[in-house]
Amino acid sequence: MTIETGPRQFERLALPHLDAAYNLARWLTRNDSDAEDVVQDAYLRAYKYFASFRGENFRAWLLAVVRRAAYDWMHRNRPAEIVSNADMDLEAVAGEAEDNPETALLRRADANLVNEMIAALPVPFREVVVLRELQELSYKEIAEIAGVPVGTVMSRLARARALLTTDGKRRLKEYGHG
Amino acid sequence: MADASDTMGDVIRRHGRRYAAPPGLAGRIGAALDAVETESGRPSAPVVPLRPRRPVVPWRPLALAASFVLAVVLSSGTTWYVTASDRQDQLAEEVLASHVRSMQAQHLTDVLSSNQHTVKPWFDGRLDLSPPVVDLTEQGFPLVGGRLDYIDNHPVAALVYRSNQHVINLFVWTRRSGGIAPKPPAEIQGYHLRQWRQGDLTCWAVSDVEGDQLDRFVKDFQAATG
Repeated sequence: MTIETGPRQFERLALPHLDAAYNLARWLTRNDSDAEDVVQDAYLRAYKYFASFRGENFRAWLLAVVRRAAYDWMHRNRPAEIVSNADMDLEAVAGEAEDNPETALLRRADANLVNEMIAALPVPFREVVVLRELQELSYKEIAEIAGVPVGTVMSRLARARALLTTDGKRRLKEYGHG
Repeated sequence: MADASDTMGDVIRRHGRRYAAPPGLAGRIGAALDAVETESGRPSAPVVPLRPRRPVVPWRPLALAASFVLAVVLSSGTTWYVTASDRQDQLAEEVLASHVRSMQAQHLTDVLSSNQHTVKPWFDGRLDLSPPVVDLTEQGFPLVGGRLDYIDNHPVAALVYRSNQHVINLFVWTRRSGGIAPKPPAEIQGYHLRQWRQGDLTCWAVSDVEGDQLDRFVKDFQAATG
């Protein structure tokens, strides 16, 4: 019996993760048609290396390829977004976080506000929020996808939530005055 | 502070949008993979071809040429057949993509009920048709629920059944064209597909169960609703 590594076998493994792949690409590119291009590009890349895939977690491996393809797309199309975030001053971000009760924010947050807030997050934070909160992946999987240690995933997630809180309050205030 | 962070997480989970891959993307990726395959001559080794695919590159121009010649001689019968057959393939890909998408837990059902009297009225007002809903538990295909789906740019009813541990998606919509549609592929990527017409409805069943099991399902469904 020959092991099948053709397109159909790849599709059987990869297509069940198409929504997860698209969701990640869509949040990173913030655009429907670019997300489609990125996912298609990623699936072709993944297929190319599929025969040599030896890992245990196919989903994490595939999403890592999707993330890579999305980053390549951003390098070409939105270099500023990547450069400005690569060396983000994380300390400053953490310092900004407010720790007063956020009941008003949590009460008033609706889908519009939440989605605007996620979209406005810097890329390294946006991707962990999407993978953790929206895709419900484990820290370990996210670490594998983003190519960083688990501890970094956790600290990024904590900072992302703090950023979201700060940003949400600012938005509410703006809406209040607008 | 830890609590505050947690509740922010809750808000994100509750309201954050999960984008679903647009219909057709799976089909486009499949076509792109085939194109790469053909181009690179990469040795793929499916022992048994899963689907007798019409070879895209060499045949289509021939088919088109043939249809053109025949169209001139015999009016447009052949052209219709070639187009309709492509369309059936495309529909089959869309139906399969919807099935695969639905297998991701959050998407399987909008209305979760094994009671046909709950599922059937749920579609009222959401669709321009009233799909025949029957529970087939006795026949070995319990009804799981239903959901709205989108195929060929139209909202359609998707009825969800189980066969042991497998899911069967039954898509139903109002017939949009007359004539006899060519038979769609019975199997794509290891999934089985069946298409039939029932009154003014078009029905597609798709699942990863064995082909004869899916045939049994179709027969039982038709017997119970026909």
